[in-house]
Amino acid sequence: MSDQDAVFGNRGNRDLSVVNPKGRGTIDGTRRSGPLGEGRAGDPFLIGENMTGGYGKGADILHDCTIAVEKGQIAVIVGPNGAGKSTAMKAIFGMLNLRQGSVRLNGRDISALNPQDRVKAGMGFVPQVNNIFPSMSVEENLEMGAYIRRDDIKPTLEQVYELFPAVAAKRKQAAGELSGGQRQQVAVGRALMTQPQVLMLDEPTAGVSPIVMDELFDRIIAIARGGLPVLMVEQNARQAMMIADKAYVLVQGANAHTGTGKELMQNDEVRRTFLGG
Amino acid sequence: MDILNALVVFLNFVFIPAAAYGAQLALGALGVTLIYGILRFSNFAHGDTMAFGTAIVILLTWGLQALGVSIQPLPTALLALVPAIALTAVLVLVTDRLVYRFYRKQKAAPIIFVMASVGVMFVMNGLTRLLIGVNEQRMDDGARFIIDVRTFREMTGLTEGLALRSTQALTVGLAFVVMIALFWFLNRTRSGKAMRAYSDNEDLALLSGIDPERVVRLTWIIAAGLMVIAGSLYGLDKSYRPFNYFQILLPIFAAAIVGGLGNPLGAIAGGFLVAFSEVAVTYPWVRVVGYLAPWYDPGQGNLMQLLGTEYKFAVSFVILIVVLLFRPTGLFRGKSV
Repeated sequence: MSDQDAVFGNRGNRDLSVVNPKGRGTIDGTRRSGPLGEGRAGDPFLIGENMTGGYGKGADILHDCTIAVEKGQIAVIVGPNGAGKSTAMKAIFGMLNLRQGSVRLNGRDISALNPQDRVKAGMGFVPQVNNIFPSMSVEENLEMGAYIRRDDIKPTLEQVYELFPAVAAKRKQAAGELSGGQRQQVAVGRALMTQPQVLMLDEPTAGVSPIVMDELFDRIIAIARGGLPVLMVEQNARQAMMIADKAYVLVQGANAHTGTGKELMQNDEVRRTFLGG
Repeated sequence: MDILNALVVFLNFVFIPAAAYGAQLALGALGVTLIYGILRFSNFAHGDTMAFGTAIVILLTWGLQALGVSIQPLPTALLALVPAIALTAVLVLVTDRLVYRFYRKQKAAPIIFVMASVGVMFVMNGLTRLLIGVNEQRMDDGARFIIDVRTFREMTGLTEGLALRSTQALTVGLAFVVMIALFWFLNRTRSGKAMRAYSDNEDLALLSGIDPERVVRLTWIIAAGLMVIAGSLYGLDKSYRPFNYFQILLPIFAAAIVGGLGNPLGAIAGGFLVAFSEVAVTYPWVRVVGYLAPWYDPGQGNLMQLLGTEYKFAVSFVILIVVLLFRPTGLFRGKSV
């Protein structure tokens, strides 16, 4: 929402017979992409390096933050509330202004691309909330994921249904009518339909029951073992680190600890501050 | 016989005019509801843009008539529709580029778009005045009647006559075709689904690789098509006066809201509901009653008319208020909860 919404206590914007604020976006869709740059030798598959920036003209949220993911691996971002985990993810996806640093994917510098073009460059993103098209059917949701593809999407559709059998049974139902866990599955499925080269998940297990959470983690591991690099933000630090090949602990928008999941689990400071002993 | 005569009077004076008017309102309301659903504001400039588009149709029709082009028995205006839609689409796209895009870029509150559209309305109004003036214009040619009163009487031997003007049949027929095409487009095509996706969740549409500006452009082009078709059919059926187009904004909004804003099916149902109520409430029923209940004497000079025709806009108002009070989402579930 923009600053203008707050003006006059948001009057008028609540009169739904003249305005339709539902589903409004926050990303500027009019922005054009800049040119692609050269990558650097020895880069990981996807790296957001030394990122510094914040939303709009606001204060910086990220400070010299670096996040990377290698091919075939799972990288997780953990940290306390307000550490800038989701913001780091959004920065990698081009949803906020970086004052410093760059984002490089597969040997190219994509820092100047807008989010739409990053999707075309091979990035798939599942936001934390509002990650489905509620009035469209499950199948239409998945079709929209494959919007940029011009080839036959049937095989990918079958793969997604195989991965998430629960939603396959409800393919004709409106996605907004599904349960929280099933919505998350549709959301992940939608991103997979793009056939991305890297999958980014922003708290995929937020607000789902523990059983569903375990199942989602299983699926994510299955996706990563299939060769698709996964970068995710996670609240459940312990579980996330168990499956992580690489983990980043962010504190106040900066890297605090980096290492493999196992290393960080054994690190005393990390255990004390984030894992509760 | 009397029942048949009553039926003919009813068809001739209530059903046929209301069906044609309803089709025009439905097309207008479809445009309003599409812009509400996808661009997220009520477009107050809708009526005046319809007037401008129709003015282009009239000028092109005059040109074609002067050149001697005709597609008898259909009105020449049909030929002029396609280029007029293209020109109007260009105009609304330029308007979007100059006005709405600025606010879109700033992520302005939707109410600001509504106010901007009021400004656009005045500009459109002025442009129409410059282009064609404020007077009544005529563009209808081609066959006037499919069935006229005299032939109908001779055919059936009834006292009452039935007239079906070609423009009325054309209005309903063309509106029907346009509606089917629109539904097919929105539910079956890739671009149509992208528009629905954008309406559902702008950010996620963008994250699926849908270009939001393309969706916006497409919406304006389709809305321009609907506006010009609705405006021309209204102009052919009644007559063209720019001020009337400003006035039908109210019934069009009423239709869109009654049906449920953002719901295309609702816009169509709303259009016909408003039209039928308007005609039924302002029609003097004395002749129909005279046939159905000859024993009943309504009294000298009683026309059995609920409201004078000058009050027809009050009907839209009342429907609007009743719906907003008792079912704010509209008859079909719209987006305004």
